[in-house]
Amino acid sequence: MIDREQVLHVARLARLELSEEEVTKISGELSNILEHIEKIGELELDGVAPTTHVVEVPNALRPDVPRPCLPREVVLEQAPDSADGGFRVPSPTA
Amino acid sequence: MTDIIALTAAQAAAAVQSGELDRRELFEAYRDRAAADDLNAYLWVADEAPRENGGALHGVPLAVKDLFCTEGVPSQAGSRILEGYRPPYTATVVRRLARAGAPLLGKTNQDEFAMGSSNENSAYGPALNPWDRTRVPGGSSGGSAAAVAAGSAPWALGTDTGGSIRQPAALCGIVGLKPTYGAVSRFGMIAFASSLDQAGPLTRDVTDAALIFRHMVGHDDRDATSVAFPEEVVLPTAQRLDGIRLGVPDDLTGEGVEPGVMARFEATLAVARDLGASVERVSLPHADYGLSAYYVLAPAEASSNLARYDGVRYGLRREADDLLTMYTKTRHDGFGAEVKRRVLIGTYALSSGYYDAYYGRAQRVRTLIAEDFKTAFQRVDFVVTPTSPGVAFELGAKTGDPLAMYLNDYFTVPMPLAGIPAISIPCGLSEGLPVGFQLTSPAFSENRLLDAAHALEQAIGFDNSPARAAVSA
Repeated sequence: MIDREQVLHVARLARLELSEEEVTKISGELSNILEHIEKIGELELDGVAPTTHVVEVPNALRPDVPRPCLPREVVLEQAPDSADGGFRVPSPTA
Repeated sequence: MTDIIALTAAQAAAAVQSGELDRRELFEAYRDRAAADDLNAYLWVADEAPRENGGALHGVPLAVKDLFCTEGVPSQAGSRILEGYRPPYTATVVRRLARAGAPLLGKTNQDEFAMGSSNENSAYGPALNPWDRTRVPGGSSGGSAAAVAAGSAPWALGTDTGGSIRQPAALCGIVGLKPTYGAVSRFGMIAFASSLDQAGPLTRDVTDAALIFRHMVGHDDRDATSVAFPEEVVLPTAQRLDGIRLGVPDDLTGEGVEPGVMARFEATLAVARDLGASVERVSLPHADYGLSAYYVLAPAEASSNLARYDGVRYGLRREADDLLTMYTKTRHDGFGAEVKRRVLIGTYALSSGYYDAYYGRAQRVRTLIAEDFKTAFQRVDFVVTPTSPGVAFELGAKTGDPLAMYLNDYFTVPMPLAGIPAISIPCGLSEGLPVGFQLTSPAFSENRLLDAAHALEQAIGFDNSPARAAVSA
């Protein structure tokens, strides 16, 4: 039901590399899971509103006032690579 | 004090308050046990007792699931992709509890990003069940449940998205409370499925659950979905259930449930009747679709939430010559098999052409499930089920079949879909292993839920000490 090409397409969308072995295994597993999930296709859902929040809350508004955030150097401490006060990454075009 | 470990958290707090017990001695007793943990329940244990004093919880230490951010302390969500991550801030609920006098004891093992029902999806190896080390403690808050059951923590925090507090609590013979969605701030909780995730306690008894829950609730400016709890959380006192109506879903016939679990469930209903409750059947016509809706919604939200793990700002990075390859390699090496599965299911369900058929439909099914409960609660006070269809299973028994693993969540997914609270309490043993009894009630009715659970707990008289005794032996 979900073939190898679809798995590779979805993996590309998810920015996820998969090994050959993973592609084969996962297409079988996903098919089984999707078959189960498709049970929701049985229901008549016309006129049923989608859930947006399970508990009724009004819009959560707050005054637009600047607040202090974490210092730049503290945040960059966790970065695998940083330079000039920013995160450093490889070039988008190799 | 002769046996500090035998005290419940509430008893330990009272002993500190009365001066019988020194809070440092209490912390050290648990720190020693947590450091000696051989169930792989802990991923990190505190070095020393905190210096600060005071607070209504009197220094009773707290084990915290790995996915709560704790400043300067590893917070890896059980994932390789966050290996070594030490956040620069602390989750609101952990901070609130520390301020209330429950200092951080350690970080507990879990399924990676809370995806799993056995703790076998942890990148750091599975936690073991203290009742039988060849079996799983349940998941995803498996380390928290194992630690509390084994007496290496007086209480612990977990999170529940589809049953991740209640199911491990059931499998380890302790109490687990999933609060109403929005009752507890999610700020600083590493997200799995944001519309379902909720933090809650795993404790030795219902009183401890109420005691800690009282200090967890409240609106947080940093979580726009959090709301003020409408009343004070009180400690449960009920000994009877006179006039209380319990509803058993009419599709709960025993099919798909282990006979031993069903027997304990029926026996607990008999206990409830003895306490004055009535038991009737209720119809939840869409509950059977809960699992399907859940396994659309949770992976869809997860695929979006987990997009942030890209090797740029924190955690693992795999070097590559170009940015896209850096992303894809980092995510390939950093995520485990179950996380990859769910990211792919979620991405598929949200992809162009499929959104309406999957996510859109699942959000509508969710509305029907919430309405089913509302209708049921017009007739009954609580809906009750077994927490899990089976007792703790053997390690590896279900890892080859993801779908079989998902079926563990049958009784626990409808409540987070509806946003309502639910509690699991131990109700006896089947094949020498604990069985959980689940009660659920309308949003923000935790006080009534805890009270009813307390009355049942007192009458059942479950002895959760064998697990601790077995571990000490």
